[in-house]
Amino acid sequence: MSADVGDGIAARFHIAFPGFTLDVDLHLPGRGVIALFGASGSGKTTVLRCVAGLQRAAAGYLRVNGETWQDEAQGHFLPTHRRPLGYVFQEASLFSHLSVRRNLAFGQQRIPVADRRVSWGQAIELLGIGHLLERAPGGLSGGERQRVGIARALLTSPRILLLDEPLAALDHQRKQEILPYLERLHDELSIPVLYVSHAPDEVARLADHLVVMEAGRVLAAGPLSETLARLDLPIRLGEDAGVVLAGRVAERDERWHLLRVECGTQSLWVRDSGLPLGRAVRVRILARDVSVVLEPGTGTSIQNTLPARVDSLGADDHPALALVKLQVNGTALLARVTCRAAEQLGLAPGLPVWIQIKAVAVL
Amino acid sequence: MGLTAEDWGAIRLTLELASLSTILLLLIGTPIAWWLARSRSWWRRPVAAVVALPLVLPPTVIGFYLLVTMGPNGPLGQLTQALGLGLLPFTFPGLVIGSVIYSMPFVIQPVQNAFQAIGDRPLEVAATLRASPLDTFFTVVLPLARPGYLTAAVLGFAHTVGEFGVVLMLGGNIANRTRVVSIQIYNHVEALEYTQAHWLAGILVVFAFLVLLTLYSLGNRGQVWR
Amino acid sequence: MKPIIKLSLAFALIAAAVGARADEVQVAVAANFTAPMKEIAEAFAKATNHKVVAAFGSTGKFYSQIQNGAPFEVLLAADAETPAKLEKEGSAVAGSRFTYAIGKLVLWSAKPDFVDQKGKVLKQGKFEHLSIANPKLAPYGAAGVEAMKKLEVFGALEPKLVQADNIAQAFQFVQSGNAELGFIALSQVYKEGKVADGSAWIVPAKLYSPILQDAVILAKGKDKPAAIALLDFLKGEKARAIITSYGYGL
Repeated sequence: MSADVGDGIAARFHIAFPGFTLDVDLHLPGRGVIALFGASGSGKTTVLRCVAGLQRAAAGYLRVNGETWQDEAQGHFLPTHRRPLGYVFQEASLFSHLSVRRNLAFGQQRIPVADRRVSWGQAIELLGIGHLLERAPGGLSGGERQRVGIARALLTSPRILLLDEPLAALDHQRKQEILPYLERLHDELSIPVLYVSHAPDEVARLADHLVVMEAGRVLAAGPLSETLARLDLPIRLGEDAGVVLAGRVAERDERWHLLRVECGTQSLWVRDSGLPLGRAVRVRILARDVSVVLEPGTGTSIQNTLPARVDSLGADDHPALALVKLQVNGTALLARVTCRAAEQLGLAPGLPVWIQIKAVAVL
Repeated sequence: MGLTAEDWGAIRLTLELASLSTILLLLIGTPIAWWLARSRSWWRRPVAAVVALPLVLPPTVIGFYLLVTMGPNGPLGQLTQALGLGLLPFTFPGLVIGSVIYSMPFVIQPVQNAFQAIGDRPLEVAATLRASPLDTFFTVVLPLARPGYLTAAVLGFAHTVGEFGVVLMLGGNIANRTRVVSIQIYNHVEALEYTQAHWLAGILVVFAFLVLLTLYSLGNRGQVWR
Repeated sequence: MKPIIKLSLAFALIAAAVGARADEVQVAVAANFTAPMKEIAEAFAKATNHKVVAAFGSTGKFYSQIQNGAPFEVLLAADAETPAKLEKEGSAVAGSRFTYAIGKLVLWSAKPDFVDQKGKVLKQGKFEHLSIANPKLAPYGAAGVEAMKKLEVFGALEPKLVQADNIAQAFQFVQSGNAELGFIALSQVYKEGKVADGSAWIVPAKLYSPILQDAVILAKGKDKPAAIALLDFLKGEKARAIITSYGYGL
């Protein structure tokens, strides 16, 4: 991804398990949230464990922002406890014999004072756990435990943060409680975060970069919106197929309770959720919510109508449906249409069209 | 109270023997239990079986083999003689060795179970928090295995106090050196000194009851916290 | 086959056929008498057609067991006191008591030339451990202590004593080499008229009170022909020959 030598993450792992082989060769950016996405059993957690050194790939190479952690060709393997990383496990993994405070201190006190870039106060404030310090892990809710786990990992001032489905064990309520903290991590940390997930909404909300995995192999990897809009990949998102755009809140219409979000050169009207003007947001546009018309309709209830050009067409996961990739002033969008409609409209690459967006989700 | 000076000597000796054996067993047993709990080696099964042998063998058999092994013609006896330590049968150190072997499974198995119950996760978490394996062992594994260690210590101590056959074969019934409570009771019974036998036996029964009571109380607390 | 054997065989068969009281007798036997008893039982079965069912162990244990209803009909004790006590308490048949063997004490070592023919080794005291059966329980142990006291070495040797539970274990301690020497029963090392191996000093009878081993018919064996027959057999020539061949006196 990055052109700088020694920057970013280069990871090559090959492990054969009975009935499953992991074979990946990844080049990832050296910062931002990188989502490892795929169904369970696709090997994404194994990749994370390999990066952490918890699993040793017999044929493996790993370089993180200029430091080689593993190079089996040279017989080099840095054990986990010597790797400056933070790891958050799927389920609560706090030490049950230590209080929250001592759990947090466990990692921090094991790194030299000079290397402590994340301060105690910063980590506690970032995760909002100041009131939990004297509690025993057993008395915390699932969400609180994960927040403590993340803070504990941050306090080792890691140079990479590895999150293994940190929300998977939580119910919807708890997820909503934690997501804002993860977003703050994203905004405030200058280190790469490898985020394993099988939930499209988490990926859409948090990731900058997407790695899609299936059966131990990488299907696609690249910046989030680019990768999501690719048609040449059997990304089996089903109902969740769509794109994510980054934008800013630009205008508030008090009368109709609407906000205008600017995404590049495009503007989208969304429901006013009370966000302040200027706030950076992500919007998610699902393919099923985008329809294609040849003329800009006047008698329509759709508020967001944009001029676009057909980029390409691809098969969807049902024979009746097709995915259409559209370019809107350099931004890629996906629309889901029936094959019959595509033929009736004569959709073909290069054709200028209008798109109507029925719903926009602000993440 | 119907206890003679010899009886008190036997009680003191028994407590010394049980304490020392338990401490030694915890020290020796920890690495063995750790290996048994963590290793995937083929040797794990045979070693586990050897550790469990004293559960099955009659104590007199263990005592007899120790007598022969530690004797002047036995391998251990030749070693101790070569080291200038003399022979071990009929000595307190000899009894300690016998007790360590005799009570081995009672200490190793609870500790091993505790190690197994901890699982991989806390070790992995500790590694991601920069703790070396040794560091992890002392700061994570030992505290988490505490209930197992308590059970092991109580069982090891109690089982050594109740030891008879091995001491009978190995001890030589020497007052204040190898004559422990169980032997003293036996002597009293054989000599038809039933009153003294009753006193000592009564003390043992109360002791055993208290030990088991402690153990079951520990067990229950463990369930609440685990 | 000689005619006489043929004849006796025929008699035995006839005796069996008419049901001539082929019976079992339950005997408690002192451990030191194990080997001779097996031989005697065989001879007894041949002569009388009665079968001996023997238990071997320490006399003290047998005493407790008999007191508590053990099914023994005859006791061959390692001492004279126990049968006398049982008789006094009514657990044994009065008047049936007699000495079937006199035990001989020997100072024995598994090493050749360790024990001299005069027992000077006791005075020199150049050893770590002297094995002895618990003198409180075993007559041979008591005899050993008595002998040491008469030789005026007991005070010096007491710290070196290792006490075995019984005379068999005392022998084991010496045989395994853990104790260099020990006081045991001559019958334990006496084979075919001599001490079979190691070195030994047969302790002179004047150094200890005679170890009289008495037999008695127990209450459960009262009026039982097989029990009476066994005691009679023990007094007979055949049994006495066997007993002396194991180093016992009579």
